[in-house]
Amino acid sequence: MEGLTKAYPGVVANSDVSFRIRPGEVHALLGENGAGKSTLVKMIYGLVKPDSGWMSLRGQDYAPAEPSVARSLGVAMVFQHFSLFDALSVAENVALGMEAPPKLRELAARIRKVSQDYGLPLDPDRMVGDLSAGERQRVEIIRCLLQDPKLLIMDEPTSVLTPQEVDILFQTLRQLAREGTAILYISHKLEEIRSLCDEATILRRGKVVATCTPREKTARELAELMVGTVLTPPERSAKPKGDVALEVTGLSVASPIPFGTALKNVAFTVRKGEVLGIAGVAGNGQDELLLALNGELRTSPSAVKIAGVPVGAAGPIQRRKAGMVSAPEERLGHAAAPDMSLVENALLSGSVRKGLTKSGFIDWAGARRFAEGIVQQFDVRTPGTDVAARSLSGGNLQKFVVGRELSQAPTVIVINQPTWGVDASAAASIRQAIIDRAADGAAVVVISQDLDELLEIADSFAALNEGRLTAPRPTQGLTMDQIGLMMGGAHGMEVAHAEA
Amino acid sequence: MLRLEKRASPSRAWGMATPLLAVVLTMIAGGIMFAILGKNPVEAIRTIFWDPLFNPQFAAYSRPQLLVKAGPLILIAVGLSLGFRAGIWNIGAEGQYIVGAITGAAVGLAFYPTEAWFIFPLMVISGAIGGLLWAMIPAVLRTAFRTNEILVSLLLVYVAQSLLSSMALGALRNPQGGGFPGSRNLSQYPAAANPELIAGTGMHWGVVAAFIAVIFAYILLQRHMLGFSIRLAGQAPRAARYAGVSPTRLVILCLGISGALAGLAGLFEVSGPAGQISIDFASGYGFTAIIVAFLGRLNPVGILLAGLLMALTYIGGELAQFMLGLPAAAIQAFQGMLLFFLLAVDLLSNYRIRLGGAK
Amino acid sequence: MDLGGINPAVLIASLMVASVPIMLAALGELVVEKAGVLNLGVEGMMIIGAVMGFAVAVNTGSPLAGFLGGAAGGAILSLVFALLTQYLLANQVATGLALTLFGLGLSSLIGQGYVGIRPPLTGALPFGPLADIPVIGRILFRHDWMVYFSLLMVAATWAVLKFTRIGLILRAVGENHDAAHALGYKVRRIRVLAICFGGAMAGLGGAYVSLIRVPQWTDGITSGAGWIALAIVVFASWKPWRVLLGAYLFGGITVLQLNLQAAGARIPVEYLSMSPYLITILVLVIMSSGRGRIAAAAPAALGKNFHASR
Repeated sequence: MEGLTKAYPGVVANSDVSFRIRPGEVHALLGENGAGKSTLVKMIYGLVKPDSGWMSLRGQDYAPAEPSVARSLGVAMVFQHFSLFDALSVAENVALGMEAPPKLRELAARIRKVSQDYGLPLDPDRMVGDLSAGERQRVEIIRCLLQDPKLLIMDEPTSVLTPQEVDILFQTLRQLAREGTAILYISHKLEEIRSLCDEATILRRGKVVATCTPREKTARELAELMVGTVLTPPERSAKPKGDVALEVTGLSVASPIPFGTALKNVAFTVRKGEVLGIAGVAGNGQDELLLALNGELRTSPSAVKIAGVPVGAAGPIQRRKAGMVSAPEERLGHAAAPDMSLVENALLSGSVRKGLTKSGFIDWAGARRFAEGIVQQFDVRTPGTDVAARSLSGGNLQKFVVGRELSQAPTVIVINQPTWGVDASAAASIRQAIIDRAADGAAVVVISQDLDELLEIADSFAALNEGRLTAPRPTQGLTMDQIGLMMGGAHGMEVAHAEA
Repeated sequence: MLRLEKRASPSRAWGMATPLLAVVLTMIAGGIMFAILGKNPVEAIRTIFWDPLFNPQFAAYSRPQLLVKAGPLILIAVGLSLGFRAGIWNIGAEGQYIVGAITGAAVGLAFYPTEAWFIFPLMVISGAIGGLLWAMIPAVLRTAFRTNEILVSLLLVYVAQSLLSSMALGALRNPQGGGFPGSRNLSQYPAAANPELIAGTGMHWGVVAAFIAVIFAYILLQRHMLGFSIRLAGQAPRAARYAGVSPTRLVILCLGISGALAGLAGLFEVSGPAGQISIDFASGYGFTAIIVAFLGRLNPVGILLAGLLMALTYIGGELAQFMLGLPAAAIQAFQGMLLFFLLAVDLLSNYRIRLGGAK
Repeated sequence: MDLGGINPAVLIASLMVASVPIMLAALGELVVEKAGVLNLGVEGMMIIGAVMGFAVAVNTGSPLAGFLGGAAGGAILSLVFALLTQYLLANQVATGLALTLFGLGLSSLIGQGYVGIRPPLTGALPFGPLADIPVIGRILFRHDWMVYFSLLMVAATWAVLKFTRIGLILRAVGENHDAAHALGYKVRRIRVLAICFGGAMAGLGGAYVSLIRVPQWTDGITSGAGWIALAIVVFASWKPWRVLLGAYLFGGITVLQLNLQAAGARIPVEYLSMSPYLITILVLVIMSSGRGRIAAAAPAALGKNFHASR
């Protein structure tokens, strides 16, 4: 491969971006959420056409009209989400990502062979919906490898992996690079990029702000290049913790989600003023845990107790009355109704604790005041409170949702993925707000896949693994290895690599 | 090439304008259809939309008919709109309408020929209960067994139609009717009759009930938490569960209200304009009300207007049949077309259309 | 062998005929739903197919042309659905209903001149001596070609969905349209083709009703067969062979109740004629009560509209 350059002056996503990757090079594309990384790779993969600029692949002009053209020219991509089919088998999923795939039986044999060669064990006949997140990623990678790619694009591949699985993935990628494959590695995780990548292109607001060799920079320098401002980590108080506010014992419940994970005998307690961080790779029961805690999923009465009162069989409204607020991972559609205004969305979960209804009749003026208060206090950037929730950017909507919950004077707070897909400054302010509320005496449960975030704000730490929760341990003094083991190790991956 | 771009917030202006645009487009397409049928399109449209109201020759008869036809349509459509907003699809209102008429009429006929003040109110209540219970079948099956309420409520229409003919031929047949199918005429039985309240207007108790339903639904949707829950469940079902809305309760409630209102409509029809239970009592109001609900954008006030407009197409259609020999089916197709155009232009309130090539 | 005046061989033979319309329509709808689209307009497409098939057959004198006309009628109407739901992003449930309401009106408009006419006859396929085999010959070898065609379509649908690439892509689109789009498949085009196929099949089913099953034209001739076809797709858990089973079950009940009516059973006619609908409801309940099985079998993107962002 000679080089890959592209310039693209546009208003929104990318403007005049250029960079080149050599064969066998692992090239990082670094940037915050919304910096334009996804749009850029969509252009390379032929999903989006650039307005201007050009690309070349191994010396040839390269302008893929659609993904199948990109694939036939040796460009393969591992997506962050949305590219597997739960109800189809591994082999069928792989076949869908290939041009002119062989017969399924033949393909299955090839999948076995490639998965052996690269230390990614996988059974081609299994249903994808039944696989763990790490295994699902293997499906994607194998799908790419079978096409013998010249350029492999990896979009945020480690967000779904345990630390051990990340190591194994990196071994696979290095092996590929040695064989001459160029790898475009997209991430916002700095340590990863420093350990894996040879070159890095840093994007900010759609523009290239720097090109560097990541090994020669510190993580802090990279972060400043990426964000543009110096970030301050949240302040924490070391006040002693109070009484037990939330107690969960023997919580077992089947998942209401197709291909979901059942919770198995989950138990923990959270004291007033304590932040419990729950880590885990996506799909290990995080969504179910949030539903079981906030009352959308009912259990036996004594499985969940708020301040000693059993609420396991109570619905969300009673639990709010008891002092619990919650913020689910999915902002649009779950925590907020996309087409409803911010006022209506404030009413959505605030009606109980803010007293916004009288014998069922809505106090719209009160709801509006509540919404305006949230917007002001949490610095939500919006033209007003009458706009639909979907018109807000991810970060602003998340600030609104978290702000809505935190300003209800809660005694127990449950949040799933508080800063997922949120830009760094919004993430910092959300984390600070959570810690402040804990300092005021609320018990907080933060479920997150971002280990750095948990280590930053949590007092104690536990991990979900296939619906089971490890016993919580104090965060201070935990090593990455211990955390990885708590998260369930590498799901049998290391065995294969040991053989290879 | 045309390109769609999602609006940040749904456009209110287009929300108001789309039903009007749909009506205009339907008139154009309908005119073409009438022209193909060999009628003068301008004359046909005028006969349908203008003459019933303003032609002195017909207005005296037609104007009262407007309320007579609009009453049941509005009553049923208001009930349906609540469910449609919540994503609960009761499309068997026709069946609930029939059953409400049967149960209401049965109570009235049971008292024949007693004259007492309480008979008509009792009929009203039993009509509502009949419709409600019929709607509870899909509601309970949906909540207990997750059975699709669309299919069950619709299939029950066919069952209700068989029930209707069995009643007209059997249990409710007029013993003095000389063996002809059909019940006694309730409109000639004063204690059970639903008469015209103000002469020459077409106003009867069913129309009053329709107006009350409109006001009730308006307050429910605008001011009450229950109405908010209904809207929330339709727009974002998961957010509704998060807010603490019980899907089971909502299904029972929405199907219950729409069933009861459809039953009421049936009762007022059978005791008033129709007069008796007969084999051809079912006139398709339950299905047309679906169009009315959408044409009114599921908004109670909109439904009021849409109901009147749809009633006009019925009356005008009859007139056109009489004056121009326009087939009755043409009006039915015309009404269906209206729903198509409405759904098509609805896009404008949520999306912007942009001219431009690249994706 | 006679059971209360009903000959089992005749019964089976006639249930095979009775089940053809819903089998064809349900197969078409199955493909549509496999692609992730819920088209509730089956009844409307069937009745348009019925009237178009009838009109074409009467005017050309050829039943084959009639069936082609019926399929074309259903397919054209389904294109309206495709335009509204795939390009104008209209709600699929509402659009399906509109299709049915419009179809019922339009069909009786078209059918006005055809009431009381008899269509050209479709003969049984000549199987020669096979048709004379006792019992089996009566059941299997004395039907018109559409009966065999519908069975062939069941097998073809099954094989295409299971073994071919186009079938795999179709299932993938119905399972997760965002992923299919990300892999570069034309979600909209595939869905439009599936909808069109569904319309043609429903139209064929409708034409069978008016040309063979009844055979004449009356308003509302399909009398809910389209809705029952929809129910059968659910009953079949989106599996073609189980559509066959469901259609035979329903056909059997229809034929049985008709025979009971003819045999002068004690039960009033009205109650017999509501029985197919009641049993369909019952079957739906039984199928959906099995804990979440239906939900797992249904295509995941069923009824959701697709709009590629950016």
